[in-house]
Amino acid sequence: MGKTIAEKIFSEKSGTDAKAGQIVIADVDYVMVNDVTGPIAFREYDKIGTDKMFKDRMVLIPDHYVPNKDVASAEQAKEMRQFAKKHDIKNYYEVGKGGVCHQLMVEQGFAAPGRLIVGADSHTCTYGGINAFSTGIGSTEAAVAFATGHLWFKVPETIKVELTGKFRENIGGKDLIIKIITDIGVDGANYKAFEFHGPGVANISVSDRLTVSNMAIEAGGKAGIFPCDDLTREYIKDTVKGDYKAVDADPDANYCRVLKYDLSKIESMVAFPHLPSNGHPVKETDVRIDQAYLGSCTNGRIEDMRAAAKIVKGRHVHPDVRFLVVPASQKVCRQMLDEGLMQIFLDAGAFISGPTCGACLGGYMGILAAGERAVSSTNRNFIGRMGDKASEVYLAGPQVVAASAIAGKIVTPDQLEGC
Amino acid sequence: MAAVEGKAWCFGDNVDTDQIIPAERLVSTNLDHLNDFIFEKVRPGFGPQVKKGDILVAGRNFGCGSSREHAPLSLIEAGFSCIIAESFARIFYRNSMNIGLLLVECKVDASEGDKISVDTEKGVVRNETTGKEFTFQKYPPFIGELVKCGGLVNMVKEGKL
Ligand code: SF4
Repeated sequence: MGKTIAEKIFSEKSGTDAKAGQIVIADVDYVMVNDVTGPIAFREYDKIGTDKMFKDRMVLIPDHYVPNKDVASAEQAKEMRQFAKKHDIKNYYEVGKGGVCHQLMVEQGFAAPGRLIVGADSHTCTYGGINAFSTGIGSTEAAVAFATGHLWFKVPETIKVELTGKFRENIGGKDLIIKIITDIGVDGANYKAFEFHGPGVANISVSDRLTVSNMAIEAGGKAGIFPCDDLTREYIKDTVKGDYKAVDADPDANYCRVLKYDLSKIESMVAFPHLPSNGHPVKETDVRIDQAYLGSCTNGRIEDMRAAAKIVKGRHVHPDVRFLVVPASQKVCRQMLDEGLMQIFLDAGAFISGPTCGACLGGYMGILAAGERAVSSTNRNFIGRMGDKASEVYLAGPQVVAASAIAGKIVTPDQLEGC
Repeated sequence: MAAVEGKAWCFGDNVDTDQIIPAERLVSTNLDHLNDFIFEKVRPGFGPQVKKGDILVAGRNFGCGSSREHAPLSLIEAGFSCIIAESFARIFYRNSMNIGLLLVECKVDASEGDKISVDTEKGVVRNETTGKEFTFQKYPPFIGELVKCGGLVNMVKEGKL
């Protein structure tokens, strides 16, 4: 019997013949923590009482509450900075040099095909978009990985997703993944990995693949893995650290379920509160909004900014809407500046900030009041996720977010005529 | 391995980590009193009502959402001895077992306030109020060892990982 990508990576990293369902101890290539999960990891590390530390594999990224939102988050960020200093951790990204953790893990070349990467953040599964097995863990586990370089894993079963066709204009990865989650439910992939296959894969940009993999967790998935192809190699060639080895599944690998999607049939989707599985085609909805949020590890890349800017160009944000644009990294900011996108958003009346998780998790800079509604390019719309428990978050792709900011209600770009 | 008994608090399906403990409470200065905030957006005033040893009974996909270890930590601090759910989200499951919060995957009929007992050795949950029993699959050996050690850090200290 052949192996899935997950089984192959876990076999390689554990030195065993790993099969779905088994528990293995596997070496991790990198372990990432952020300013929320890091401090607990540091305390747990100290409890282990060892002087061993796998420093080169550790990546520390403050992003959730930085620039410091208040005194408590300032203390927290300080703990991370001091830990990095004390232990001389090279891979620490200070405000002004960093951004949202998952964007940096890809951009700085930590994530690469065939690697096993863990992060104390649930959207660590993002790097499956470039053929890594990456998954979210807790802080205590991160501490153990700091000290030992390895962790326990249950090798997941895999759901195969066969893709054909090509997205229509202004449709992308976000629409596809909302559709998939709506079809299978928020626990449809619990304890499982997704693998994406078929001729449609070559028609999906790497940025869109990262969006799809980012939200694998919203179906409960442990990972969402794409094959490595020319697009992948091109995407990472200037930034990847070290060697990497692409991994593909065997033709006779065993899958627990097969899903099929024709990309040309995917529509612009929006997930209603309070679950990412409440997806509806945008055209069947009628929802007024108070805020539009473009950013996050899901859709805060330069490709997302370009797609949104194209729609916003020459138009004005609706008078009843605050349009917040939050690039996912310092690098994305710079690219926006160089490409003239900052100008487009500013002219339209958008608010632009530096990179941060910000309001994505209800942190700061864009919190919703009771009764307010936001359309957001982020990945979660749980109760109170972006503010008051009586506020509402509608998840959509960058094109719908941009069009909605102009229209004052949730619309697709082609419903914008005349606005 | 472990036998616990306590009063049931009942929740539904898809209880996410933002409900268990909202993101804005996740700062290190709150770490020693996270229990003050549990379920504050969906059941205000819940935390202080929980007594040491109580058991939370839920439906499918308990703990979905973020990887915040604050979620199981806050439930431990609140006094819960065990969470019983029809199924758990993956990261929550790992986090809980790794830090010593006992999880039991089992579909159980219970009303709030029922007395529940759990025997992980036998794989049985008993609703002492109604007299009904429910069985669950025993832990795989590795997880059993993890529970016995009282969490991952102890396991590493004992040289078992
Ligand atoms: S941008 Fe949002 S989802 Fe992504 S890491 Fe930050 S808080 Fe989490």
